[in-house]
Amino acid sequence: MKETPTSRLWEFHGGLRLEGHKALSNRTPVRPAPIPEELVLPLRQHIGAPARPVVEVGERVLRGQVIARPDGYVSTPVHASSSGEVVAIEDRPVPHPSGLDGPCIVIRTDGEDATVEPRPVALDGLDPTEIRNRLREAGLVGLGGAAFPTAVKLNPGPGRGTDLLVLNGAECEPYISCDDRLMRERPEQILAGARVMMQVVGAAHCLIGVEDNKPEAVESLQSALETDGGEDIEVLAIPSVYPTGAEKQLIKVLTGREVPTTGLPADVGVVCQNVGTAAAAARAVHGGEPLTSRIVTLTGHGLREPGNWEVRIGTPIRDLVACAGGYADTVGRLIMGGPMNGFALTSDAPPVVKATNCLLALPEAEVTKPADPMPCIRCGECARVCPASLLPQQLHWHIHGREFEKVQDYALFDCIECGCCDMVCPSHIPLTQYFRFGKSEIWAREQERKKADVARARHEFRQERLEREKREREARLAKKRAAVKKGAGKGSEDKKAAIQAARERARARKQAAEDPPAGDSGSE
Amino acid sequence: MRFKTESSPHVGPPTAVSVVMRRVLYALVPGTALYLWFFGWGMAFNIVLAVGTALAAEAAVLALRNRPVRPALGDFTAVVTAWLLALALPSLAPWWLVVLGSLFAVVLGKQLYGGIGQNPFNPAMVGYVVLLISFPREMTLWLAPAGPGESGLGLAATARFVFTGELPAGMDWDAITMATPLDALMTGLNQQQTITEITASPVFGALAGSGWEWIALAWLAGGLWLLYQRVITWQVPVAMLGTVFALSLVFHAVDPDTYAGPMIHLLSGGTLLGAFFIATDPVSGSTTPRGRLVFGAGVGAFTYVIRTWGGYPDGVAFAVLLMNMAVPVIDHYTRPRVFGHGEAS
Amino acid sequence: MLTAVAAFAGIALASGLLLGYAGVRFKTEGDPIVEQIDALLPQTQCGQCGYPGCRPYAEAIAAGDADINRCPPGGEATIENLADLLGVEPKPLDPEAGEEKPPEVAWIDEDVCIGCTKCIQACPVDAILGAPKQMHTILEDECTGCELCVDPCPVDCIHMVPLEGDIEHWKWPAPDVTPGLEIARLQEGRQSA
Repeated sequence: MKETPTSRLWEFHGGLRLEGHKALSNRTPVRPAPIPEELVLPLRQHIGAPARPVVEVGERVLRGQVIARPDGYVSTPVHASSSGEVVAIEDRPVPHPSGLDGPCIVIRTDGEDATVEPRPVALDGLDPTEIRNRLREAGLVGLGGAAFPTAVKLNPGPGRGTDLLVLNGAECEPYISCDDRLMRERPEQILAGARVMMQVVGAAHCLIGVEDNKPEAVESLQSALETDGGEDIEVLAIPSVYPTGAEKQLIKVLTGREVPTTGLPADVGVVCQNVGTAAAAARAVHGGEPLTSRIVTLTGHGLREPGNWEVRIGTPIRDLVACAGGYADTVGRLIMGGPMNGFALTSDAPPVVKATNCLLALPEAEVTKPADPMPCIRCGECARVCPASLLPQQLHWHIHGREFEKVQDYALFDCIECGCCDMVCPSHIPLTQYFRFGKSEIWAREQERKKADVARARHEFRQERLEREKREREARLAKKRAAVKKGAGKGSEDKKAAIQAARERARARKQAAEDPPAGDSGSE
Repeated sequence: MRFKTESSPHVGPPTAVSVVMRRVLYALVPGTALYLWFFGWGMAFNIVLAVGTALAAEAAVLALRNRPVRPALGDFTAVVTAWLLALALPSLAPWWLVVLGSLFAVVLGKQLYGGIGQNPFNPAMVGYVVLLISFPREMTLWLAPAGPGESGLGLAATARFVFTGELPAGMDWDAITMATPLDALMTGLNQQQTITEITASPVFGALAGSGWEWIALAWLAGGLWLLYQRVITWQVPVAMLGTVFALSLVFHAVDPDTYAGPMIHLLSGGTLLGAFFIATDPVSGSTTPRGRLVFGAGVGAFTYVIRTWGGYPDGVAFAVLLMNMAVPVIDHYTRPRVFGHGEAS
Repeated sequence: MLTAVAAFAGIALASGLLLGYAGVRFKTEGDPIVEQIDALLPQTQCGQCGYPGCRPYAEAIAAGDADINRCPPGGEATIENLADLLGVEPKPLDPEAGEEKPPEVAWIDEDVCIGCTKCIQACPVDAILGAPKQMHTILEDECTGCELCVDPCPVDCIHMVPLEGDIEHWKWPAPDVTPGLEIARLQEGRQSA
């Protein structure tokens, strides 16, 4: 049923050709960012349960040392990204659309950057489970921005045969160029990472999809492939239509296979990973290094010297902004991620986390004003560009009216929040925000309903228990009364004897208390 | 440094409703110019009166409803509605007819439903149909297409007629007015004439109605430009024109004496104006791609049926309103297949 | 005339058959109404409605003894859902029952607690752990925020704290634009006033 990979390309519905703005940041090589004085490492840098700290305040840690362990299967450890002293484990500002604080481990660096001895391993003959464990111990998550634990994603589960690994080098969001620079500068690492991942999932082929607005990256990967001589990996230049880098859309473009709405790519025999994650996987296995740094694009006209930096995870954003020459006077919004899908930060205090691919500072003039949106005129442009083939105009209408059941009927949860609909709306309706609001509202209601069910069950259980206790008490009472009624029977003889014995015991106890042991008297 | 947060995307759309509506107005210019060329100044009075009334009515209703007036007037939707209504009215309409129609369109057809985006019916067609039913005699005062630049009435005479209803001395009705091609068609058929006999009359020109045919082609040109500008989508015009074409072709082939051919149906009456400017109204039309095909086909079919077997010579307005009623059902059953969902769902 | 009568009779008969068929074919086998009402109530078991728990209130609504607007924790949403279910007009929350407020959970100041167990007896969902003369603690996940434990406490060591405000419970806010023009108008009015 499944076709073997070929060079043929498919299309997805909708999408937009956006101005790339890539040249702002992709002209200079990746530079190492300085190690900051203070590293702030959030315990949750991934999708899933937050990690549990295993260090204490005052402890000295080395680069690569585990400072928090995963809590559960869908979780990852956190490593110290330089050597120093743990100075606090507390809530600090973290990069999150809410602007709220989250639990973090704070390390004051000592500048030595002393590292834990790396433990490289030969890939040959390594069992998939062993490789997965290594990737998990290395703290690997998807570096494309979603931050899903890599080891979990590379474990599609029984009954799902995967024949194809797709590496995502599309980087379809405007401004971002960290993957572009990585593909240009370290193609061998990406290929090595691809082989690691292919071995884990048992895929015979690998397709690397790169948008055709990055010809240098395609060329670099291709020449690395020639040197390497392998025929199991293919690099494909794909049309630069946003959001072709969205996982399901990329799989469709490269293979023609459509991931079912409630399913995973593995349901169509594919596992998809970001090129940056592949490079990190190669470093984790071949180099034995955990994930302590990543490439971050600092760009936008709100920064003086945009470019790409290799940044230690946990570096506060404001320290990085200094690397990029500081803010231009006009900066109005700071975004983590790209302009279409990234979220705005309330301040530059939060640190770079594993998911931080880009920090975009937009001048006030380039940012959308929350101008007065007009009513929807049902022009349908949003539906024309929707890569999930949804009807955003209808979704908006029903969310506006808080008809959440209808909204699910219109497949709200298939929305990938790419922002295409906002970009074409002549009425300037913040559609994506409507959909985010709708989703979180539905989730919250679902939670409330579950909580209510638990409360109902607990209440009913308690009612039953009280009822039972009452019945038991009554039964005991009734028994007692019956016993008393029987009068001077044999039973009452027994009872008298028992009472007598109890009284004697009490007397003995009292006496013992009045005559304390000799040894103790002096101390009083 | 502290920043404001907003949901992504962080860069805005380059378009706006007012831009879209302005483009619609641009696309109406060539056809309107030809109207003035063939039928004289009457249409200019229609447009000025209708637009003026619509803006005033919109402002008044918004003020009464406690809504901001200026942004609503600046979006040009009322102007487009009024302009389309004016084009549908006869070129020698008395002033009160135009004002009344415009009032009905904006107040009853649009604002009473909640204003822009909320109206289930095409406002211009609501105004038009109210007039057509209430004032059938005044709705047929069409000047004869006098040919390039030589209309029967001058500017002053037209103004005098529009505002007082008086004709210049020595002129009478029959001398200057004429049936529209579709009127002529209906009357002729009622008198048992064949299509060939009817189209031999001076009302008809090379392709369809004399003069009318060129105006119709100007609507086509404006419509194609709107398509190119992506202001409208292809589904409604293609489905509507295709249906009118197919139906008229079939019936004409069966009985060429009683059924007019596709050329006459496509280039007469409101067919092309309707296909590109009226049935494409996004608010009252279907919003899904497949739904727009159904909607357009329905408008085309009703138009043909009303023209051929109904009591009115043209049926575009009724067809649009009838299909407006069906929009919720159409939209419900023509939802596109969502990515990753099976064909069946 | 006869044909007209016959035609109408025919149409009436056909419609009747169709309706009858639809009634059988699309019959909805619903839960008993009390269950349905109970499913819409928030299950805080707080008794603010005047009934000793959510289910008794549901029974009272079903019996027509109680109005649908007496559930402060459920607030407007619950009233709307109930109105929808029962086919009646929604009405504002009865102020006699209380007022709607953001969700809270009880929190015991363990330094002050004397371990009297009075709160444990009051808790309708067994969400307080503790034994006589041992300080008590609240299972935050199970607490419904009913406040029934607050009054019995002899040393006032139980406080209600708001539940939201952390990242886990954060929700995307609704866009601040609905219905756009009205808001703009209101702001204009406020500024000029």
